[in-house]
Amino acid sequence: MNWASWSDFFAMGGYGLYVWGSYAVTAGLIAVEVIMLFVRRRNALSRVGAPAAGERP
Amino acid sequence: MSQPTLVIGNINWFRYASPQAFYPLAGAMIPWFAWAAALLCVAGLYVGFFVAPTDHQQGESYRIIFIHVAAAWMSMFIYLVMAFWAGVGLVFNTRLSGMMATALAPTGALFTFIALWTGALWGKPTWGAWWVWDARLTSELILLFLYFGFMALQAAIDEPRRADRAGAVLALVGVVNIPIIYYSVKWWNTLHQGASVNLTSAPTMAATMLAGMLLMALAAWMYSIAASLHRVRSIILERERSADWLVKYRHTAEP
Repeated sequence: MNWASWSDFFAMGGYGLYVWGSYAVTAGLIAVEVIMLFVRRRNALSRVGAPAAGERP
Repeated sequence: MSQPTLVIGNINWFRYASPQAFYPLAGAMIPWFAWAAALLCVAGLYVGFFVAPTDHQQGESYRIIFIHVAAAWMSMFIYLVMAFWAGVGLVFNTRLSGMMATALAPTGALFTFIALWTGALWGKPTWGAWWVWDARLTSELILLFLYFGFMALQAAIDEPRRADRAGAVLALVGVVNIPIIYYSVKWWNTLHQGASVNLTSAPTMAATMLAGMLLMALAAWMYSIAASLHRVRSIILERERSADWLVKYRHTAEP
């Protein structure tokens, strides 16, 4: 085990800002992508049956 | 419109080149890849933070490697796959290939940005600089612009098949950047370290560090497949929204 305590774990040997800054932004961006995927799908599903692009309704 | 055929071993491989056949197949595959990504990510983070030892030179800052390398590999690999499908679409004129290329671009751009971001946060404590205009970093930044350019170009063209063809040309020209990124650490003097893993020599890192890195790379791979399959299904819905098969399919099955 590398860590004596939770505060030791969060401190990352003094590199906490860099390590957690990397992991937090990565996790946040992936969460945003997943949300955007579901939003796009919901919008696309709601338009099934509508005329395709370039077609007159 | 007649579909092209490619029959090998009694299976017509172009069958799945039709959006109609691929849509339910992709839907069935997504949960498997998503769960594999989640499990590999948990395993990779566990190995990365609790099993892999502290680096004797970089201390704990090196733990950024577990996302940095995975993201950087994916950023290049997704580009190659995107360019491959764009090229297939250009040659065979299959609709699904272009859709697949379009679906891959945002996830590729995401991983490119993550590679640059984590690289900056790793560079500051180890090199003393967030950013340097060195060959590896600059070519990776160009990769991000290639993804943005591909997406912007496609978004600017209303007719999807024309957007596919224009995007394909851009994607294929941009492929030249991938070997430049990969070999930049060999070809030029650079702050960036050389490859930690390659096919011709033993890895220059502890086995547990390598294990964590490979688990995270596999997780990123599985995630990318799940995300792009999910996105390609939305693209199929968008482009084929007035097609008979889709309108009927909606009433017969869970879409």
